[in-house]
Amino acid sequence: MNVVSKMEDLRMFAPWVRIIKGENRREQVNVLLRTLGVPILAFALFLGIWDSAAKSVVTSLGQVPGPSQVLEQAKGLWQEYQAESVKEDKFYERQEKRNAKKLAANPDAKVKWREYRGRTTYPQQILTSLYTVFTGFLLATLIAVPLGILTGLSQTLNNAMNPIIQIFKPVSPLAWLPIVTMVVSAVYVSDDPMFDKSFVTSAITVMLCCMWPTLINTAVGVSSISPDLLNVAKVLRLSWWSKIIKVVLPSAIPMIFTGMRLSLGVGWMVLIAAEMLAQNPGLGKFVWDEFQNGSSNSLGRIMVAVLTIGFIGFLLDWMMLQLQKYFSWDKSAVNR
Amino acid sequence: MSAHLNIDHVSMEFDTPSGKFCALENVNLKIKKGEFVSLIGHSGCGKSTVLNIIAGLYQATKGGVVLDGKEVSEPGPERAVVFQNHSLFPWLSAYENVELAVKQVFKGKKSKAEMKEWIEYNLELVHMSHALHKKPDEISGGMKQRVGIARALAMEPTVLLMDEPFGALDALTRSHLQDSLMEIQRDLKNTVVMITHDVDEAVLLSDRIVMMSNGPAAGVGEILDVALPRPRHRLELADDPMYNKYRADVLRFLHERHAKPDVPASSKVA
Ligand SMILES: Nc1ncnc2c1ncn2[C@@H]1O[C@H](COP(=O)(O)OP(=O)(O)OP(=O)(O)O)[C@@H](O)[C@H]1O
Ligand SMILES: [Mg+2]
Repeated sequence: MNVVSKMEDLRMFAPWVRIIKGENRREQVNVLLRTLGVPILAFALFLGIWDSAAKSVVTSLGQVPGPSQVLEQAKGLWQEYQAESVKEDKFYERQEKRNAKKLAANPDAKVKWREYRGRTTYPQQILTSLYTVFTGFLLATLIAVPLGILTGLSQTLNNAMNPIIQIFKPVSPLAWLPIVTMVVSAVYVSDDPMFDKSFVTSAITVMLCCMWPTLINTAVGVSSISPDLLNVAKVLRLSWWSKIIKVVLPSAIPMIFTGMRLSLGVGWMVLIAAEMLAQNPGLGKFVWDEFQNGSSNSLGRIMVAVLTIGFIGFLLDWMMLQLQKYFSWDKSAVNR
Repeated sequence: MSAHLNIDHVSMEFDTPSGKFCALENVNLKIKKGEFVSLIGHSGCGKSTVLNIIAGLYQATKGGVVLDGKEVSEPGPERAVVFQNHSLFPWLSAYENVELAVKQVFKGKKSKAEMKEWIEYNLELVHMSHALHKKPDEISGGMKQRVGIARALAMEPTVLLMDEPFGALDALTRSHLQDSLMEIQRDLKNTVVMITHDVDEAVLLSDRIVMMSNGPAAGVGEILDVALPRPRHRLELADDPMYNKYRADVLRFLHERHAKPDVPASSKVA
């Protein structure tokens, strides 16, 4: 089965191989045009429209950036990152030398090791966002899967949970955030906090918004287990726990992964808004800061962030799809 | 001597949205050890209900089932069930499906090696050794049903319960499986209760055929002793006058005398 899916992944190369081999050239070129040519053409068309539309709108921050300006800003961000890395390396080098000297003079001397505190660079912000979204998503999964299993098993609990789910599912992260912020400030007090408050707030907001698809799908997956399979479990006198582990959980796995994939998508979308308001140093804060800065580069940089967010969202979805394919016994549940 | 399996004055009422529905009334049946009994009757008459009560999946409203002197109160592996649509775990291979049952039933009684041998032996019995590690959706319907039977046999049941085990299969596959089942039965001499819709199947396999009257409030209509010598071969039996007489008896019952003679009108839908 794995072999089959691997073959599918390789399918996009097949026309190239055939063209090189000289099999049926004309038809293969057509296939290539359809599968590769059309998307490329569409993208080029999109860039063209963007470019001409951008030129005709002038904001208080100057002209709306077209594709070339955005590329320029992306390069700028990359250069900033590299310059910052050089600085960081130098800082550590200096510190190392200084401390080595001190120790050489006096082996008992107390030396200080400081961490480099420079400007946060764009790649760091991306990593912060990913770290935050995965924390929120993990928390959501840890709550939603067990709760979904219980909800799916018991009709009573299902009836009890249904209104709660229906009410909280559509709530926007912007509505949650003030409450979460207040609760976190009140509850999460420590002199030496392991995590920043802004991180905790963002992660919890992501969790609150993205647990619902997993919860709903898990419950549906569990409640639609074939009664025959449950009868087999009864005939075998499986204990409650082994019934869950050996029968219920594996039956529901395809649905659980469908839900998790949706959840991660929602989580990523919600994260940006949460970071903006909570000032978690990720992509959301980047966008917010650029907006507040209001330099002539800002719109271009925000556009870079927009594209980055979109691309990472796409990668996250692709990653979840691969996981889903790997873990699901029911290949028909895996749909694009 | 009391019977090995005694279905004693069993009645069954279901709660439905439109009130109580009396599916079975006063079903009595005594089954001897090693006997092969088929239940035959029209669709919806309550055959599965009887089987589920024996299995312990349903609780009879009145009366009860006694196996070897002990009243049946819950499902258990000593009354293994083969369900109509195989009901294998789709994420486990044939071997693992049987393994799950064997591990549960023989936990602490068999060593790892013994379990492996026992799993392979049972899959061998149903001629599935060539596809031990295939998943259910990689094998045919007949093969799935074979694995289902192997899983039930591997529980070493006192009574093997089968609900239309071959109902979903084509005629040729079905006859292969019937032959396999007769072969296994000759060696293991299990007590078997099998539901079937197929008259030939009932006559070929059974020691006794229990013909059920139509529901609601269905019961045992008539019981036919099939005194054909074993081993039985389907081709030889085709011209056997006794075989044809049994067949005709069952057919006559199903088509003429299926209605229960004295059902009080009130008990139909109470
Ligand atoms: N859980 C239930 N709740 C309510 N009514 C039921 C239930 N199970 C069965 N019945 C009813 O009891 C009657 C007997 O059902 P049963 O499934 O035992 O029939 P059957 O003889 O096995 O039929 P078939 O040959 O079609 O499988 C039917 O009228 C059915 O509608
Ligand atoms: Mg039935």
